Order: sequence, then structure tokens, then C-alpha cells
Amino acid sequence: MTATQIQSPRSGKISPQYRRSGASRGNFEMAAWLFMRLSGVVLVVLIFGHLFVNLLVGEGIHAIDFGFVAGKWADPFWQFWDLAMLWLAMLHGTNGVRTIINDYAEKDSSRFWLKAVLYAATAVIIILGTLVIFTFNPCPLDVNGIPLPGGFCPAA
Amino acid sequence: MPTKPAGTLYRGREGMWSWVGHRITGVVIFFFLLVHVLDTSLVRVSPEAYTAVIGAYKNPLMALGETGLVAAIVFHAFNGLRIIAVDFWKKGAKYQRQMLWTVLALWVVVMVGFSIRHLSLALGGH
Repeated sequence: MTATQIQSPRSGKISPQYRRSGASRGNFEMAAWLFMRLSGVVLVVLIFGHLFVNLLVGEGIHAIDFGFVAGKWADPFWQFWDLAMLWLAMLHGTNGVRTIINDYAEKDSSRFWLKAVLYAATAVIIILGTLVIFTFNPCPLDVNGIPLPGGFCPAA
Repeated sequence: MPTKPAGTLYRGREGMWSWVGHRITGVVIFFFLLVHVLDTSLVRVSPEAYTAVIGAYKNPLMALGETGLVAAIVFHAFNGLRIIAVDFWKKGAKYQRQMLWTVLALWVVVMVGFSIRHLSLALGGH
């Protein structure tokens, strides 16, 4: 008795024409799905910590000024915290908005242009934010080499 | 003949509305994030430029806006953890409704605490 063998859908032993994922697209969508969950868990910790330290401790929002930022970024711990938050939040948010564009923009050209604008904005914000964290100077100088008011300069 | 679908598990119920809430709060948070990186970048322009612009966050109307933003973040965070539980926990789909009510209860508790602390700091004194 030779009954037709019906393979399990996920075994990979199915005829190529029935495969749902084209070879070219790979597993990008699954990687994106997994990234949303992994980055989401990390972002809950990073953002709750950010809000607690910046808004709920001491004087709260009134303590935030140039000196507050200088104080935090003098410590590599907070530089890394903010860098991780920037990258993960921007990629998480960009992928979320990408999903929304795919859901609601029906024309191919609308989807293309909306995503082009989205990716350009993401690149600008991630690069700008990364540069700001790593090139921050607590004692910025004007064009004549004189310290700008409000900075924190070592005593000359 | 019924004019609208009746008796569905998803449409018009907790699953759908939590999805709607997750989308809307996500978009709000994303646009704030773009603005927030730009305002923070002013630390590379000058101390006075940064302190002046960040001063805009310290007026009473903005204090309410910040509370709304944090409300969006806390909902998105807790509901996101619920989504992870639905996807990865064996009984997640079965208990998704109970988990949504848990999310909302925790959201109320956290937001009451945050609002009291943040609004008294932002609106009081100074």
C-alpha cells in the first residue's frame, strides 16, 4: 500500500512552487518580527530608567539644562545607555512605521516614497544623535577660541 | 439579517482595541523621538541654545503634554510585553484578555504615581 506522503508544512520537503517565502526575500520579515520583541524588552528598561532619572529624581525636569547633560555624558555608562536607547528606539520605531506604511499606502509609488522619506529621516537622526553623544564638549569655544557662556571649562 | 459581523473573537473587542492603541501610541512616540533627538542635539550648538529650547519643556502646558507622552509610552511598553507573552507563552493567547486588563490596571497605577510626582515638580515652586 503506497499512500501519498503528506509532508509537514514546515519540514521544507515541499515542492518549490508551494513555498511561501521566495529565496530572494530570505527571512527579513521574521528577523524584523523578532527584533521588535527583543528590542522592545530592552527599551522598556532603558526608557523607564531614562524617565526615572531625568524626571522623577531630585528637582525633576527643572534640573535639566546644559550642565545636566554634561554631567551625564561625563560618564561612559550614560553615554552607552543613551546610545543604545537611540539606536534601538529609532530602529524599533522605524520598523513600526514601515509596517504602518505597508498596511495603509495602497499604491506602489506611495509606499516607495513614504519609506524613502522614513529611511532618510531615520539615517539622519541616528547619525546626528550618535555624533552628538560622542563629540559632546562640556566646554565649547566660539570662533575666537573664547569659551561660550554656560559651558563647563577647567579653571585656566 | 445582521448588518454587522456578530460574535467574532477579534473585531471590536479587546484584541482589536489594544492593537489600535498600540499603533497610535507607537506613532506618537516615534514623532516625539525625532523631535527629542533634534532638541538634544542643540548641546552641540551652544549651552545657551540648549538651555533655552529645553526651557520650553518646563512650562505648565508642556507638563501636561509630557504626562500624555509618558502615558503613551507606559501603555506601549506594558502592552508590548503582553504581545510578547501572547507570542511566546504557551497560554498567552488564552489569557490575552486578562493580560490586557492587567496592562490597563498597571498603567493606571504607574500613571497616578508619575502624574503626582511630575506635575508637582513641574508646576510647583520655581
